[in-house]
Amino acid sequence: MTPAAATRMRLRAMIRKESLQVLRDPSSIAIAFVLPVLLLLLFGYGVSLDAKHVRIALVVDLADANTASLSGAFQHSEYFLPVSYQNIQQAEHSLQAHEVDGIVWLRNDFSARLLLGDEAPIGVFVNGVNANQARITQGYIEGVWHTWLASYAREHGHEFKLPVVLQPRIWFNPAVDSRNFLVPGLIAIIMTLTGAMLTSMVVAREWERGTMEALMVTPIRIWEITVGKLVPYFVLGMGGMLFTVAMALFLFKVPLRGSFLVLTGASALYMMVALGMGLLISTIARSQFVAGQIALVATFLPAFILSGFLFQISSMPEVVQLITHIVPARYFVAILQTVFLAGDIWPVLLGNSLALLIMMLVFLGIARRNAHKRLD
Amino acid sequence: MTNRPALIFEDVSRSFGADDTAVKALHNISFSAQPGKICGLIGPDGAGKTTTMRIAAGLLLPDSGRLQVLGIDVVESPLQTQAAVGYMPQRFGLYEDLSVQENLDLYADLQGVGLQQRRARYEELMHMTNLAPFTRRLAGQLSGGMKQKLGLACSLVRTPRFLLLDEPTAGVDPVSRRELWAIIYRLVKQQGISVLLSTAYLDEAERCDDIVLMHEGHILEQGSPRHFSADMRGRTFHVNTPSLRKRILLRRLSTVPGILDAVVDNENVRVITRDTTAPQFAAAFNDITDLHVNAAEPIFEDAFVARLKHWQPGNQSALELRAKTKAANEAVIEVNSVQKRFGDFFAVKDISFSVMRGEVFGLLGANGAGKSTTFRMLCGLLPATSGELTVAGRDLRRAAADARSRLGYMAQRFSLYADLTVSQNLNFFASAYGLNRRQRKQRIDWALETFDLAEHANTGSGNLPLGYKQRMALAAALLHDPDILFLDEPTSGVDPLARREFWQRINALAESGITVLVTTHFMAEADYCDRLVIMAEGEALAQGTPAELKARFRSAETPDPGMEDAFINLIEGRKQERAGI
Repeated sequence: MTPAAATRMRLRAMIRKESLQVLRDPSSIAIAFVLPVLLLLLFGYGVSLDAKHVRIALVVDLADANTASLSGAFQHSEYFLPVSYQNIQQAEHSLQAHEVDGIVWLRNDFSARLLLGDEAPIGVFVNGVNANQARITQGYIEGVWHTWLASYAREHGHEFKLPVVLQPRIWFNPAVDSRNFLVPGLIAIIMTLTGAMLTSMVVAREWERGTMEALMVTPIRIWEITVGKLVPYFVLGMGGMLFTVAMALFLFKVPLRGSFLVLTGASALYMMVALGMGLLISTIARSQFVAGQIALVATFLPAFILSGFLFQISSMPEVVQLITHIVPARYFVAILQTVFLAGDIWPVLLGNSLALLIMMLVFLGIARRNAHKRLD
Repeated sequence: MTNRPALIFEDVSRSFGADDTAVKALHNISFSAQPGKICGLIGPDGAGKTTTMRIAAGLLLPDSGRLQVLGIDVVESPLQTQAAVGYMPQRFGLYEDLSVQENLDLYADLQGVGLQQRRARYEELMHMTNLAPFTRRLAGQLSGGMKQKLGLACSLVRTPRFLLLDEPTAGVDPVSRRELWAIIYRLVKQQGISVLLSTAYLDEAERCDDIVLMHEGHILEQGSPRHFSADMRGRTFHVNTPSLRKRILLRRLSTVPGILDAVVDNENVRVITRDTTAPQFAAAFNDITDLHVNAAEPIFEDAFVARLKHWQPGNQSALELRAKTKAANEAVIEVNSVQKRFGDFFAVKDISFSVMRGEVFGLLGANGAGKSTTFRMLCGLLPATSGELTVAGRDLRRAAADARSRLGYMAQRFSLYADLTVSQNLNFFASAYGLNRRQRKQRIDWALETFDLAEHANTGSGNLPLGYKQRMALAAALLHDPDILFLDEPTSGVDPLARREFWQRINALAESGITVLVTTHFMAEADYCDRLVIMAEGEALAQGTPAELKARFRSAETPDPGMEDAFINLIEGRKQERAGI
């Protein structure tokens, strides 16, 4: 047998063995297919970063036509569920009791100050315990106020010296539906799990069960073992990706504005990065427990928190923003959100893909250098 | 070419760990294995057998020294070595979620066996291992003996010129062990394969052509089995008497001057003397008229023990114990038709026995026979599916905690906290047993002194040699002064001296009135028990005193059957019975 034929035979044997193990091991299938469903349902239905139906207390000290009109504006906004209170003390009490999330207070000089064109004739209190929620609530209240003020000015033909008038126009996700950017981001999380966590754990399992030792005393080369592991898990990860995309498009009706081909290509690239991380971990960890812990801390949590999947990177402290540059998921999440919500915007796609390519080469390179056919 | 050694080690050393805490596993070892022969690496756990095997397979690099396998420099060309040898690691290297056939296919592909040759080779291997009916079964669902044979078959898919087997027989029942040896002999004879195998079973030494005796990373000696036993000639005796119990005879013999070692062997006490001058048995036993002393054929274990005693002349302090009040013929443990089912698998099927106060009672069987499951039920750690269990008069279903406080338990592998020191471990267990401060101090002082642990009191217990760990585990189990002692595989892996010492302590404990229940897969240890149950696949095959069990299989061919003969006969009898049904 020629050496090339022997190599082919060994590679085929490794890939077949690994595939059989994947098919027979319920935990691999669970990570690739069941976990995506759970995460999708959780993030698609359970988690929403939008402020809708915020309960606010409306306190009107002196009712007149203007306050009635402004109250109406809050009543009609889908973002608020206003509750009227007789006086500010009661409203504050409710705020403390978490019965409302904010207070809008129209004092008894409201109409008078409005006529004078004074600034801030209304008082706004927001519960700041949940900073994110507070900022959104505050923004929405300002929005309602400014819109109302503009229409008041038009009606009365006055020219008011308004503070900067906000005219929001939201692009790419006009409904401001957080589901539309959460669900594409989930693909990154799921591929990180399959690529890094599952792969590092199955290699560690071979060490734990002593099969690696038997494997090594055969003519197989270390790169053949590596490729034999990469191929099945690459396929499994891409399968998980396609499954997630299908659910995103058909169940959650997330738009896909870019091309499917670009999405697949970028995913394949990220899958290789994740596999590179998994192999790198497996050169350090010889037990499934350690491999799982390292993968969790070094790949899964950063992909969750620091990738821009859940939290906006630009609103993080600068030091943390710097750290996000070494989180591969960051680049992939950027690609995913662009391809799904904006389209094939090549400058964004190419820059991020280049970063992923470099990371892939670095991870696979170090893993290759660290792997040798010995037990020590 | 044919006379070149299959393996040459020259001054090979290897350490593990960082510089300041490095443990030297091999100290400049040199030996060679002859072609077409079986070379046995023999020694207790921690002797360096596995490290030697791994270095020979190119899986570990030596720190210094040279080695060759089949004329190939292993360090320079590990791939070439790995293509030429067959290797079976300790845990067989099987994929448990692949079937027997899939495992074979995998290794055939990896070894580059051509598709045409495969069919004939598979047939031959399946015939040799009797696995043919099970090719579609998952490897994880095979019995221990079958796994071991499959592991061997996988390392043989392409006939290797040199076969490395790391403890192939550990924990396997004697029948499978015998089958495995038959396969190895056949390979050597028919195909001229050279074999290097390691084992902790000293009785397997005699089956090798050449023995390399290892201890604590050193090679004590190399030679044929005959060479080892030669200088023991005239120094080994069998002693027995109807008027003393074996245990007492053993204790008294150990103190006779001129005797190096005494150990229970079948129905005799086997004695090794310091030199060929026969000791004064008559003078030491002037109270006994019917003492029989016969010269015994030296075996490998005699030689090993003699060399170990020379290597580490130990001191043996007698165990001081308060005699417990002894009520004769009172059953302390009663097990009545107990079953344990896991899903549709019966780990224990309908077992009954009872243990009297002050008795040493054994559960004998291979790995997977159901011994540990029975044990866990008796400790109240696992509820029985059906049947009755009573320990110290307490029903385990109702008063498990109460029963537990009356017993000491020493778990398999001596499970203690490796990162605590000896005295911290003892302190912890004393507190766990609820001893108050004064009792605690008193019992720990007693334990440190009785078990010769005082000088190691502040040593991290993870760094202790196995024999010490075993002593510490026994000390911990005795801190609360229990009436009953449970020992789960207490001697697995320790060297023969530590094993002897351990049994001396157990004997002394039994003499003081403590009831001892012990599991073991060492057939020879069964002779230390007063009574025992032989188990296989969850069933009790037979029970009785060792003499009774062995007497059942006395025949013309085996006039003096040992416990292993009895065990093999029982297993084969059961097989035939099943075939008959």
